[in-house]
Amino acid sequence: MFEGLSDRLSRATQNLRGKGRLTEENIADTMRQVRMALLEADVALPVVREFIDRVRERAVGTQVTRSLTPGQALIKIIHDQLVEIMGAANEGLKLNAQPPAVVLLAGLQGAGKTTTAAKLARLLQERDRKKVLLASVDIHRPAAILQLQRLADEIDAGFEPADAGEDPVAITERALATARRQGFDVLILDTAGRLHVDEDMMAEVQRVHRSAGAVETLFVVDSMAGQDAVNAARAFDQALPLTGVIVTKTDGDARGGVALSVRQVTGKPIKFLGAGEKIDALEPFHPERVASRILGMGDVVSLVEEVERKVDREEAGKLARKLRKGKGFDLADLRDQLAQMEQLGGLGALMDKLPMSVPKGVDAALGERQLRRQMAVIDSMTPRERRFPKLIDNSRKRRIARGAGVQVQDVNRLLKQHNQMQKMMKKMGRGGMGRMMKAMQGRLPPGLGR
Amino acid sequence: MFRKKANPPESTRSGQADSSGPSEEKKGFFRRLRQRLNQGESFLTYDLAHLLPGGKPDEAFLEEMETRLLSGDVGVEATSRIMEGLDRKLWRDELKDTRTVMETMRETMLGILGPCEAPLEIPDTPRPFVILMVGVNGSGKTTTIGKLARRFKDQGQQVMLAAGDTFRAAAVEQIQVWGQRNDVPVIAQQTGADPAAVMFDALEAARARDIDVLIADTAGRLHTQENLMEELKKIKRVMGKIDADAPHETLLVLDASLGQNALVQASRFHEAIGLTGLVMSKLDGTAKGGVLLAVAENLGVPIRYLGIGEAAEDLDEFRAAPFVDALLAGDRSQEAGSA
Repeated sequence: MFEGLSDRLSRATQNLRGKGRLTEENIADTMRQVRMALLEADVALPVVREFIDRVRERAVGTQVTRSLTPGQALIKIIHDQLVEIMGAANEGLKLNAQPPAVVLLAGLQGAGKTTTAAKLARLLQERDRKKVLLASVDIHRPAAILQLQRLADEIDAGFEPADAGEDPVAITERALATARRQGFDVLILDTAGRLHVDEDMMAEVQRVHRSAGAVETLFVVDSMAGQDAVNAARAFDQALPLTGVIVTKTDGDARGGVALSVRQVTGKPIKFLGAGEKIDALEPFHPERVASRILGMGDVVSLVEEVERKVDREEAGKLARKLRKGKGFDLADLRDQLAQMEQLGGLGALMDKLPMSVPKGVDAALGERQLRRQMAVIDSMTPRERRFPKLIDNSRKRRIARGAGVQVQDVNRLLKQHNQMQKMMKKMGRGGMGRMMKAMQGRLPPGLGR
Repeated sequence: MFRKKANPPESTRSGQADSSGPSEEKKGFFRRLRQRLNQGESFLTYDLAHLLPGGKPDEAFLEEMETRLLSGDVGVEATSRIMEGLDRKLWRDELKDTRTVMETMRETMLGILGPCEAPLEIPDTPRPFVILMVGVNGSGKTTTIGKLARRFKDQGQQVMLAAGDTFRAAAVEQIQVWGQRNDVPVIAQQTGADPAAVMFDALEAARARDIDVLIADTAGRLHTQENLMEELKKIKRVMGKIDADAPHETLLVLDASLGQNALVQASRFHEAIGLTGLVMSKLDGTAKGGVLLAVAENLGVPIRYLGIGEAAEDLDEFRAAPFVDALLAGDRSQEAGSA
């Protein structure tokens, strides 16, 4: 029914062919297609606007690498930006509080709070071995309390009985007392669905929240929600100190743009995805997967991977040529690689793709902070030092360490690491290179290995 | 309880009686709809004077209108249709002021929604008239059933409910509460029972008790779950064994706060079991219900009812003109216009 972004983009990027640089003008049409695709995916308009602006900023002036088409380069920028906004992978719940740690679920009617409450309880019981008490303060929807009770029975969790004639705060306090008395680790509070414009109901959930002292306050939102979800999210975020978001019903075919909107507007992490009617259908959040879905291109991940492989291949090729010429692998080369790894988000980069195991100590040194520190060390060296590391004596080491703002040991560590890599490279240089390149080609999809 | 088919003339006219009789109430509903949709001002037309200091619409103005339509969930397709009308007039230099803009938009929107205005009328025969309610999880089926039961009962019909959601915990009890509130019988089995069997029972009971309208609830299901869509087909088949024409009405309940997936939902349900009408629920909040335009543009299934709140009187028949006016004119300007 909806045209996937891949179709839109491949048409829109036709006119980008042969351009060496992305400019405001040559990406305009593509950006319009992206805007439409995002709106069709129910990303809220203000969020779409900001997103487009940021992508444009990032894209304009980007020099297109030889191995990528400009269209691919733009897709990569769009995808990266989307993943960046989506935030880190599953952040989980932070339940380190004086037990009982209270988790409160809030949201609009029909978002899936009650089902989610039970799923969450089950997850905490099974995975974290927590003793969980469930309580419903939904005195409004007929049989809502009974629904949670049935679910609690089903998963063998504790349940605090309540009556629709009671005050929600009274139920909350009683549940807290029960949890303390009977030694429950976690109390999950299911609240009534409410409209964010209903002042009385918003005040009610605030009272419940205050008396519960929740450590996790989660906004539950339907993945099929439309443009208005952003207003609801904002209102709930203002009324309650939200700590995270759960997106439900993701087993349908909605593109789920709401995930992006809510994340952008509240700034709160998406912690779980509800994915089905079964009581165990609660999945950790994967930004990549959600990003691809919003873009309506299941193939975007593989596309981007292919793009990244190409980037690597170009660099690897340069390196191979250098080695074949008999030149050594010097510190300047190491810096190039560190920079590339950082660009690719730390580890998993070039070394990973070479058909050999990474020496111990090297992989540990590839976290992003270390990468930046190591680059600073190399930056503090003179070009001569970079070419001939052997020149670096203790006096030079002290100077370099001071320049980079690190300890002498850090400089030593870097030099040692470089030494190890150099040995490895030499081994490959002796006849190993051709084999290595062949092995790399084998990993590329057909048609790409020229 | 056993009033037999009461007064045929009266029930035949139930549709008209409702629209011509308490017209006060009718006005009231759409006035409240206006208020709840717009919270004072129309999302489409607020601040137009400020937007058009020179008074004459230009391209930038049209782009702003397009943006407003899209942010009301109207969807890319229906929005382009509305914008086409405006663009054409702009080129011909016929867009003189905001009034012509409004009139053009109103015209296109009525063109989209008008054909979908077809209130549900319960005919004399057959009896019982069977209404099957379907929708995704959390769309508001059970609440809508509660309100419909009240509505038909007030019209003098004998109403019965069938608790066809045997899957979700406590769904049976939820509809039983609605039965008690409206004092109508509910046919139910325990959770986990075959919903088709519940429907069979209910239909037989309804026949035996001379019920006029049987409203059948079903479990919420995503249109992507094929086995559950098959289950709906089975329910229809089983009903057909008692009355070949049952269900006489198959209503899809759509949540107004949903986005463009509502469109996919509607078409999948339509493909699977053939819808005869739509109900849009939860048209309060700040969701604009623009998705109704998207659905009408793409599907053309009659829109039967709108739900704008929790109370029983917050459900009423869909009428295209006042709905479009509610979208276009803010609460305040409409007060003046309709006076």
